[in-house]
Amino acid sequence: MVRLFGPLVGLFFVAALLLSFGVGAYNAATQPTPPSAEKLFHMHPKDVKFSFDGPFGTFDKAQLQRGFKVYQEVCSNCHSLKQVAFRDLGALGYNEAQVKAIAKNWGTKAQTFDPKTGDRGERPNLPSDHFPPVYYAGQGNPPDLSLIAKSRHGGAQYIHSLLTGYVDQAGYKNEAGEELLKKFPDAKTPDGLYFNPYFANLNLAMPQPLTSEGQVTYSDGTKATVDQMAMDVSAFLTWTAEPKLDKRKQTGWPVLGFLLAATVLAYLAKRNVWADKH
Amino acid sequence: MSFPWANEYKPSHPLMQWIDEKLPLPRFVYNAVGAGYPVPRNLNYMWNFGVLAGFALVLQIVTGVVLAMHYAANAGVAFDSVEHIMRDVNWGWMLRYAHANGASMFFIVVYTHIFRGFFYSSYKAPREMIWLLGVVIFLLMMATAFMGYVLPWGQMSFWGAKVITGLFSAIPLVGPPLQEWLLGGFAPDNAALNRFFSLHFLLPFVILGVIILHVWALHIPGSSNPTGVEVKQESDTVPFHPYYTAKDGFGLGIFLMVYCALVFFAPNLLGHPDNYIPANPLSTPAHIVPEWYFWPFYAILRAFTSDFLIIPAKLMGVLAMFSAILVWFFLPWLDTSPVRSGHYRPLFRKFFYALVIDVLVLGYCGGAPAEEPYVMISQIASMYYFLHFLVILPIVSSIETPQPLPFSITEAVLGKDEHATLAPATPPSAPAVA
Repeated sequence: MVRLFGPLVGLFFVAALLLSFGVGAYNAATQPTPPSAEKLFHMHPKDVKFSFDGPFGTFDKAQLQRGFKVYQEVCSNCHSLKQVAFRDLGALGYNEAQVKAIAKNWGTKAQTFDPKTGDRGERPNLPSDHFPPVYYAGQGNPPDLSLIAKSRHGGAQYIHSLLTGYVDQAGYKNEAGEELLKKFPDAKTPDGLYFNPYFANLNLAMPQPLTSEGQVTYSDGTKATVDQMAMDVSAFLTWTAEPKLDKRKQTGWPVLGFLLAATVLAYLAKRNVWADKH
Repeated sequence: MSFPWANEYKPSHPLMQWIDEKLPLPRFVYNAVGAGYPVPRNLNYMWNFGVLAGFALVLQIVTGVVLAMHYAANAGVAFDSVEHIMRDVNWGWMLRYAHANGASMFFIVVYTHIFRGFFYSSYKAPREMIWLLGVVIFLLMMATAFMGYVLPWGQMSFWGAKVITGLFSAIPLVGPPLQEWLLGGFAPDNAALNRFFSLHFLLPFVILGVIILHVWALHIPGSSNPTGVEVKQESDTVPFHPYYTAKDGFGLGIFLMVYCALVFFAPNLLGHPDNYIPANPLSTPAHIVPEWYFWPFYAILRAFTSDFLIIPAKLMGVLAMFSAILVWFFLPWLDTSPVRSGHYRPLFRKFFYALVIDVLVLGYCGGAPAEEPYVMISQIASMYYFLHFLVILPIVSSIETPQPLPFSITEAVLGKDEHATLAPATPPSAPAVA
């Protein structure tokens, strides 16, 4: 029975696939889908190097502090950071008093509600509070940045590329030398959006946030070029997405070392046990 | 059942004797995975993967039970509770990465185990029941893994749940109400998340039960081996302990090194970035893809792009995707060659390697966006997949001339077996000269 019906079932599926393939091939031959503007002009993130790359890489705390400053002075106007608590900033090298001060002085205050009177009010943030929500009335929907580095292909490289990737759309050419607006006249960025070839559909609602050198004043004397600020905030957002990165890698090496030793011993034990059986 | 020369459990300590008298559990373990289980002496490293799969399941249960202590199965807070595990629970990041990558390792191991079965025809008599139970385990694993991926309630969780439960809506007449019933609503929401969590906790223990049956069924004929020649005599076997416990120990070490390298140095390599975006029913991701271990079947699902006879394309895809696994149930009766091992089947071997490449191609296409040329490639690869199992295997097993088999496992290992002579080794008398 199986050998009678089996081939019939197989041929049934093959016939259906042949039909699908035929229709697909015919359509591809007669009316090929032209490549989209995104396909030809979307750029992969720039290959920039970070201190936390690779299995030995660790965060650079000075860079994370600078990145936090960029977030605080620029990004936090529109973007929340709700998974992160002020107390977590201790990992950036701030001491307890500094963390308390950062929380206390944070622009948006914590909301309070008195259940006895029904009054709503505000109080300064405490280190135990998470970063408060951000209310944004403009166009677009600024995403929460806590996990942005892990929720985009390319992570920190993508963030850096996006922040430094704003260009004038007029006359923009890709690496193949094709000019976007000549090839796709309809692809002109609509009003209220901004052209950026590193963004998946080339146009995003966020205007260029890092525009000029010295926009943020670094307390450690680092020169705040646009590229430097973009690097620093990309590193900071990698930390917010993966705060346990250093601990993870530090744990991994002894674990692998132990396993390597145990595996060598297990191999020797196996050879010993099998010595008379080969 | 066991071979008559199997070691017998003889507890020397009075306490163990006492236990053995009341409840012979140590005897049971001794006969199952101890010195009381004679195993062919020629098993290669492909035979490590059964034990590794069992280990991976235990790992998933242990990490999963602890994660469940911190996770909240509520659509409003599930995503944040996972981030709470990652940030605030002591070693929570390690538990979660161990669990997520543990699922991947479990599938790597089980796929290797299944393809070992394909190559050495482990499904053939007298081991059909082991194979059938194995396919049941694989189906349960797929259900468990799918529901586990929904729990973090990210974008891929939500849209994956929507696509996979949407498969049921392709069933004529009862489809749409069935999908609503499964989800407890019109789209995945709190009701679906809660029941998926409940089932995700339950199914691993069901898998454990079926594994016990799988191993029980294995101990009736005993393990197969790379020659496919059955055990004939004591010199063909060694006791499981210490021989294979030692060999499995080494294999486990290699497994753990690969696993820990993933967990500690590339924990998100096999995941999808979109699942770090909270579920949003109003925003469809550009490419909805399941986890990598479903890609070959996802490619088959998407390969059916045209209605066939009276069957809509979507239903064809669903039928084909489930058939792609269900066909494994019929393997013992589709492949009728009396020779088990691919080592002695030159023609079968070529098609086996073609199948390996075919499934890898399907996997690649399943992870790629649903556009040309990937759709056409997956259509060709799906054709080969069904032809391989349902047409090629039955034909190959009837037309192929297998190569000569060794007399016994002992002969295969040592090059000679003194039992291999059927008659006294006297030279035939010289023919009389006319």
